[in-house]
Amino acid sequence: MSGSQLSTRHVLGIKYLTEADIRLIFKTAKNFKEVINRPIKKVPSLRDVTVANLFFENSTRTRLSFELAEKRLSADVVNFSASSSSVKKGETLLDTVNNILSMKVDMVVMRHPAPGAAYFLSQHIDANIINAGDGTHEHPTQALLDAYSMQEQVGDLKGKKIAIIGDILHSRVALSNIFCLQKLGAKVQVCGPPTLIPKHIEKLGVSVSYDVRKTLEWCDVANLLRIQLERQDIKYFPSIREYAQYFGIQQELIANTGKKIVIMHPGPINRGVEISSEVADSKDSIILQQVENGVAIRMAILYLLAATR
Amino acid sequence: MKKGRIILEKERFQLTLERLCHQLIESYDDFTDTCLIGIQTSGVVMARRIQKGLAAILSKDDIQSGNLDITFYRDDFRLREKPLAPSNTTIDFNIEGKRVILVDDVLYTGRTIQAAMSALQDHGRPRQVEMLTLVDRRFNRHLPIRADYVGITVDSVDEAYVQVNWEEADGSDKVLLFGAKNIV
Repeated sequence: MSGSQLSTRHVLGIKYLTEADIRLIFKTAKNFKEVINRPIKKVPSLRDVTVANLFFENSTRTRLSFELAEKRLSADVVNFSASSSSVKKGETLLDTVNNILSMKVDMVVMRHPAPGAAYFLSQHIDANIINAGDGTHEHPTQALLDAYSMQEQVGDLKGKKIAIIGDILHSRVALSNIFCLQKLGAKVQVCGPPTLIPKHIEKLGVSVSYDVRKTLEWCDVANLLRIQLERQDIKYFPSIREYAQYFGIQQELIANTGKKIVIMHPGPINRGVEISSEVADSKDSIILQQVENGVAIRMAILYLLAATR
Repeated sequence: MKKGRIILEKERFQLTLERLCHQLIESYDDFTDTCLIGIQTSGVVMARRIQKGLAAILSKDDIQSGNLDITFYRDDFRLREKPLAPSNTTIDFNIEGKRVILVDDVLYTGRTIQAAMSALQDHGRPRQVEMLTLVDRRFNRHLPIRADYVGITVDSVDEAYVQVNWEEADGSDKVLLFGAKNIV
């Protein structure tokens, strides 16, 4: 265990973090969770730090969560979204970011549709970079908050059985989740229609299932993913209705297992598709706790990175 | 190997704490609307000890005491090599309108106390804040801050180092002074 410092200057993906890094982020997040539950939810740690939130792709939750985390640490924040910017006029990613950095920004939080965009940036510029989702590659902060929320529910994840159900092929959350959960010693199973599960995914050390009933019987925690229609250029299954019938999680499916399963979803949820309203609003669902923990996790990452400069 | 000189051994250490308790009773009487706030980490141990001492003298076990962590409030955060590991803040009562006694074992530059006072503000507006310390290094201050209740005063050069050992945490009660490059 490396003590009080991260092993890296950037959070580009779970792939690049060590188990000790992940545990340090969790430990720090616990302190920040106490802070955000106070009447005054703000601390001055990052008062001399400027953070740029660069969102080249739409986002509500992640962006708000990062912005709140930054503001609760007293950082100065600039926001940028691609839809209203010079990217539309043909500027390259590097030029855009270099322009923003000339305005003396210390940290960059970036979401981009191209896999590897955050890594590319870290090779070319000097600021600390946090990947807020790069295409179908990774979404490290989501995976960290997922694993943290799981830990709150079921304790240490060593040996725990976690299922990831849904569109594995297009999901960056799935990949980051797999890396993160494995580093913490959990067993992971992915489940979905064969067309939405990447070939050779077993090589990552996860088991594969095409039967949602069996997966639910097996797991302690089920993390449900949205069908990412916006990334699907061809049809991967006949219809949404059919998907909902075969892979949607209904209350009776859970009841039939006769045990408690923690239900999670990174959002946005599509009620009636991958999750029924009844399940989403049930007491086993921790979807809203995930959102709360998201702010604490992001505060912890910003805090720890700011210290490494 | 650096060896420290004992400047307060067990018996006098405990006597000093007792004296501090009596001084507090002198100004706070029965401790209505008053609370102790220990600064993480060793200030917390000291606050517990004072709380216990007061309880014994006054036969009163409802004197409130909380723990305050100031890691996120430090002004040297980005100047350090490594981030400091935060501890817990547990103040499970309202400090609004209360008289607060801040407790820390060593008062040195005053920066910890400055951070503690801004941290305290985020929990409410106390009526009054006073400061209690076991060791006051009065010649090493960076800020206009002083303690209201002092165990012992140590006049030493900047390079010297004062260490307080607590029975709960370190096995025995004593205060040690380490000299600059072992001169003392």
